[in-house]
Amino acid sequence: MYRELRSHIINLLNADTRLDGRKLTEYRKPIEVEHNVVKTAEGSARVKIGETEVMVGIKLEVGEPYPDTPDEGTIIVGAELLPLSNPEFELGPPGIQAIELARVVDRGIRESKALDFKKLCIEKGEKIWMVIIDICPINDAGNLFDAASLAALAALKSTKYPSFDGEKVDYKQKTDKKLELEKMPIAVTVIKIGDKFIVDPDTEEEMAIDARLTVSSIENGTLCAMQKGGDFPLTMQDIDKMLDIGIEKGKELRKYL
Amino acid sequence: MTYKQRIDGRGFDEARPIEAKVGVIKRADGSAMFKIGNTWAYAAVYGPRNLHPKFLQDPQKGILRCNYNMMPFSSSGERVRPGGSRRSKEISLVTQKALLPVLDLEEYPNSVVDVFIELPQTEAGSRCAGICAASMALADAGLNMKDLISAVSVGRVADKLLVDLDYSEESYPDVAVADIPIAIMPNSGKITLLQMDGEVKKEELMKLLEMGKKVLMEIYEIQKKALKEKYHEVEV
Repeated sequence: MYRELRSHIINLLNADTRLDGRKLTEYRKPIEVEHNVVKTAEGSARVKIGETEVMVGIKLEVGEPYPDTPDEGTIIVGAELLPLSNPEFELGPPGIQAIELARVVDRGIRESKALDFKKLCIEKGEKIWMVIIDICPINDAGNLFDAASLAALAALKSTKYPSFDGEKVDYKQKTDKKLELEKMPIAVTVIKIGDKFIVDPDTEEEMAIDARLTVSSIENGTLCAMQKGGDFPLTMQDIDKMLDIGIEKGKELRKYL
Repeated sequence: MTYKQRIDGRGFDEARPIEAKVGVIKRADGSAMFKIGNTWAYAAVYGPRNLHPKFLQDPQKGILRCNYNMMPFSSSGERVRPGGSRRSKEISLVTQKALLPVLDLEEYPNSVVDVFIELPQTEAGSRCAGICAASMALADAGLNMKDLISAVSVGRVADKLLVDLDYSEESYPDVAVADIPIAIMPNSGKITLLQMDGEVKKEELMKLLEMGKKVLMEIYEIQKKALKEKYHEVEV
């Protein structure tokens, strides 16, 4: 079954098309980004790419800084692969898939310096803001990496600080102060199947992946994070092509923010 | 502070605005969304499917598993730590007991029907919203059912009896408060969930159950309408 599906997918790719008739580097439609969908969060977003739907919520907490960075706040990214969103997902603590997803999203934001951690400092060595980003897929129909990264950024963009009197956070009272985003990192996962490259795989295509490369880039095309996955190696030429696709498609996705 | 009228201006026997939709999660065998006021629940049903490990299987009938979970950002206070709490485990249990009486699982020996309830946003009444969504999702999955299940909370604040308490009412300061989540099978009127925190007289409770029933019949109509809407779309 798997082998037949794979050879069918490859035959289609050789004819420059895919199971649902898309071009190789075409995202599913519609792509929808909704901001502030969850009132209980300080910021939130829901992203739909085709049938894939991901929700991200931001909570802000006050904590102590790390000893080596006393004047910097921090981010924490969590992802839970909810069994509600995919028949393969099971209950229990985050597995390696969920951890990888969270870390890829984390790195895109952290390494691009989308948030200036110094601005998250309240009192040097004592109090900082922790920006907690939680990723919850609602329907996993493929490409959670890109959907989650886009949703995380959209949620950060909509985040407002709750009021803080120096002692306690009052979550009932949001201030008008927004979390400032310095950069807009966008993650694009480029997939290699056979000798073809595609973006935005659906569930079936994800089963046929040889290798993938998640490319996070900012507005001017600078790369800020990468993650290779899949069981097969990539050549230099592969990487060259995949980066071009990743940067190009990143520009397209950024327009939805 | 005396309690004379509801903060959001509702009547004492009135529920918050409700929104319901079926078929919202494409990968699930059945799914639904149920929103009541600021409380928002999704439910997805997977199954009947194979049950592992094998010793959990019942050769006489299928089993029902329910899991209630609040998303980390769903509380208006601090972040909810992921991974489930004693509270969420208990709610999962009473949810399963609330739904079980309408299901006929004898057709599915050795199998499991999984119900996953997720709450992106909560403000009181979340177990009831979860149960409403779950029963719609079970119907959407095409399982044999004797009835739907409709759920809402009733209770009292000071000397007022009311339906569908919101957070400010549930935690009203300095007066006697009771919070009583109930679920019924609308066609028979039988009760499948009954819990209570607080203090209430027996006569008041019986009156509250009657008040609740009236609102539950309205919720039942909303659930039925949402189910019919989905299947209408398929016909066209």
